[in-house]
Amino acid sequence: MSDAVADLTVGTEVARREVTVDRARLIRYAGASGDFNPIHWNARVATSVGLPDVIAHGMWTMGAAVGVVADWAGDPGKVVDYQVRFTRPVPVPDPGAATIEVVAVVGALDAEAGTARIDLTVSVDGVRVLGKAQAVVRL
Amino acid sequence: MQVDTSYAGREYPPNAVYEVGREKLREFADAVGASHPAHTDPSAARALGHPDVIAPPTFAVVVAQRAEAQLFEDPAAGIDFSRVVHADERFTHHRPIHAGDRLVTVLHVDSITVRAGLAMITTRAEIADESGAAVATVVSSLAVRPEDS
Repeated sequence: MSDAVADLTVGTEVARREVTVDRARLIRYAGASGDFNPIHWNARVATSVGLPDVIAHGMWTMGAAVGVVADWAGDPGKVVDYQVRFTRPVPVPDPGAATIEVVAVVGALDAEAGTARIDLTVSVDGVRVLGKAQAVVRL
Repeated sequence: MQVDTSYAGREYPPNAVYEVGREKLREFADAVGASHPAHTDPSAARALGHPDVIAPPTFAVVVAQRAEAQLFEDPAAGIDFSRVVHADERFTHHRPIHAGDRLVTVLHVDSITVRAGLAMITTRAEIADESGAAVATVVSSLAVRPEDS
């Protein structure tokens, strides 16, 4: 499948998406993931530990960001490696919502392995919330 | 409470089997907005060559954290969860997780370092099927803030 790799160029944007997150979304993620840390749904607890407000689960942000890569690949099973660094919390207001913007760019190609590394820029209001967000896709 | 650095290098015995269900995958996919039909529609998943619906790339955290609880819920390890900040996370998929999988996880504590009171803990969950074939590796790093900060 090295043809698929040859068709790509490092630096090319392959996808972008905006994803909104509100308190109801965080509660849904808490239930689905089993992460019931109250800083993700209880403003009183969040502010008592020095956070500005309830913050999104880092793992929610990580999970939501990779959707563009899975859709671009055509098969989520082609995402063979995915890593992020959690650099900034994502406060989620109530009422209202936060919006994360995800931009996916080809970061590196490995013709021999038949893989592409897709680098994600994930930001809220123009400020990056994830660092070194990289997904390796088998093409 | 002080993090016990002697836990570094520890390997736990295999955790209880985690059985992956279709409806759990649907629930998780919905929560992270993973809308690809391979997560929810068995025929779409089979058309791509998977035996059943497959998990979104970060679902393995659900399996891994059950094993990680062995460390974090051990009072002797000295990890105050109210001071924990997630630093980074990495999933390596040896094959996609699918509904019907029966997964066994072995937790490794790869490192614990303390610098200026800040403890950094890196764990590795090796997820395999019941025959021992590797399915996913989940590496997670957490920072534990010092008490007086």
